Amino acid sequence: MSDASSTPLTILVLVKHVPDAQFDRHIDQSTLRMDRSESILSELDEYAVEAALAIAEERGGPKAGNQVIAATMGGPKAVGSIKKALQMGATSGLHLNDETLAGSDATATSRALAALVKYAGNVDLVVTGMASTDAETAVVPAQLAERLEFAALTNASRVEFDSAASALTISRDHGSESLKLSASFPAVLSVTDQANEPRYPNFRGIMAAKKKKTEEVTAADLGLDASAVGAAGSGTEVVSAEARPARTAGTVITDNGQAGIALVNYLAEQKLI
Amino acid sequence: MTSALLFFTELTQAPSKAQRELLTLAARFDSATVALTGDISEEATGIVGSYGIGRILQAPAGDGFQDHEVGVLDAAVQTVNPQIVLLANDSFHREVAARVAARREVGIITDAIDVSADRTVTKDELAGAYTARVNPVADLVLVTVKPNSVEDAPAGGESAAVVEPLEVAAYASRLQVVGREEKPASGRPSLGEARIVVSGGRGVDGDFSPVEDLADALGAAVGASRAATDAGWIDHDFQVGQTGTTVSPQLYISAGISGAIQQKAGMQTSKYIVAVNKDEDAPIFEIADFGIIGDLKQILPQAAEEIRRRQS
Repeated sequence: MSDASSTPLTILVLVKHVPDAQFDRHIDQSTLRMDRSESILSELDEYAVEAALAIAEERGGPKAGNQVIAATMGGPKAVGSIKKALQMGATSGLHLNDETLAGSDATATSRALAALVKYAGNVDLVVTGMASTDAETAVVPAQLAERLEFAALTNASRVEFDSAASALTISRDHGSESLKLSASFPAVLSVTDQANEPRYPNFRGIMAAKKKKTEEVTAADLGLDASAVGAAGSGTEVVSAEARPARTAGTVITDNGQAGIALVNYLAEQKLI
Repeated sequence: MTSALLFFTELTQAPSKAQRELLTLAARFDSATVALTGDISEEATGIVGSYGIGRILQAPAGDGFQDHEVGVLDAAVQTVNPQIVLLANDSFHREVAARVAARREVGIITDAIDVSADRTVTKDELAGAYTARVNPVADLVLVTVKPNSVEDAPAGGESAAVVEPLEVAAYASRLQVVGREEKPASGRPSLGEARIVVSGGRGVDGDFSPVEDLADALGAAVGASRAATDAGWIDHDFQVGQTGTTVSPQLYISAGISGAIQQKAGMQTSKYIVAVNKDEDAPIFEIADFGIIGDLKQILPQAAEEIRRRQS
């Protein structure tokens, strides 16, 4: 059986525009929301884009009609994350851009994203990173699977795709065990940074991305009421966010040959041993 | 009257330290119930009772992955009608909580470090750079709590908890477990829950034995920086940081780790930080309570030997 002659897949990969984790990040005290001015594609979502592209390529890639839609929700700047995914090889973009979405908690976010997946139509597979590097709740993929009634293949450290059977098998940690879980489409797949090595956009990819289309939609386009998203649709409310007092440097000594003893003395003084 | 529900997937032995911390939190509410999948020992019913928690709803263990547990927790929520559900913070329990929150259209709060009787949740944000207070807006909220966040303190209940069977509807799972392998046991405490963590980075230069030796002298867990796991010196399971395990122990000993911002993200909420590094300009010294400039290969074995000498 030729893979390329199989039914083409529609894969939707979720990307998030997040504050760059390599620098100090801040929470705005007037809105209690994250300062998103210096944002990039979440590093952990690059693994998701790579996984989505690799699965589409198993089926013959875009030439065989396979689609990889890079989708995001977020303000106007969030389109930057879609652009990066398109440069890596995604076929089109889908941007849920609506200011009523700001302040959505995980439950409201997954509600909006489930509506976005349904809007994209006939999606076989949703791929995400293991967590966003900003909120780090790591719960939206499981909530999406629950809402869409898709199989939840989450926290995959390894992904195997059986193209002929249209089945995915993942490895994931579970306490003291390593599990292999298998499911057919439709599914939600979330991948860890162990799953693959994300490709870098090359010159051809960067040029090709300029011609790719990104559709912009609002919450109303998805049939989402304003009360279902944003702060209004959330089950939780942040009431304060205080910067933790900066840790300060304590005593620093240089090893004179007895520093191991000094270390034990310190632990004993602090009643740690 | 605020009622709390706890969800456990293991109580065949005495509750673990992390489970005891959850029992302590649940006992702060007017009433508390434990929902459990799997068998329970007599010892465990006694210990649950010692927290003043009188009721355990027990369902059979699942043989698949997660779908059964989601169904059990959802059924327990409908039976008990709690205002708050408390669970462990690992990825499995987080996802169970997340799916039930989506079913019930209510909020979920992860990475909690404290929960008060009025359901205000204190949690870490931005990898511990901020401490946020979050309130539920609905009648129900699900909360996953980081280990080592609260002091274990049994409220002093006298009788053992009563175990009642929980009726759970049959479910159709969308996935199959096709492989199950026990990971090699190290005999050390788990990284996420340990009271002491000894971590090694680039500076161990391929040899983790000084880190492991000091960890064993202290009864500690072993951790590693991303540089060390990426180099293949130690398995990814040991990685501390944003893409590994976030730790918050009483004592974190960092050896040969520079302390770049993403490394700090996984451990900066530790109570005490001790750093050993050859480079006096390493950023780790800016956040260490006690720092030693020197060679970890000399200092760690000397410390391990001294600890063993004092113990004997």
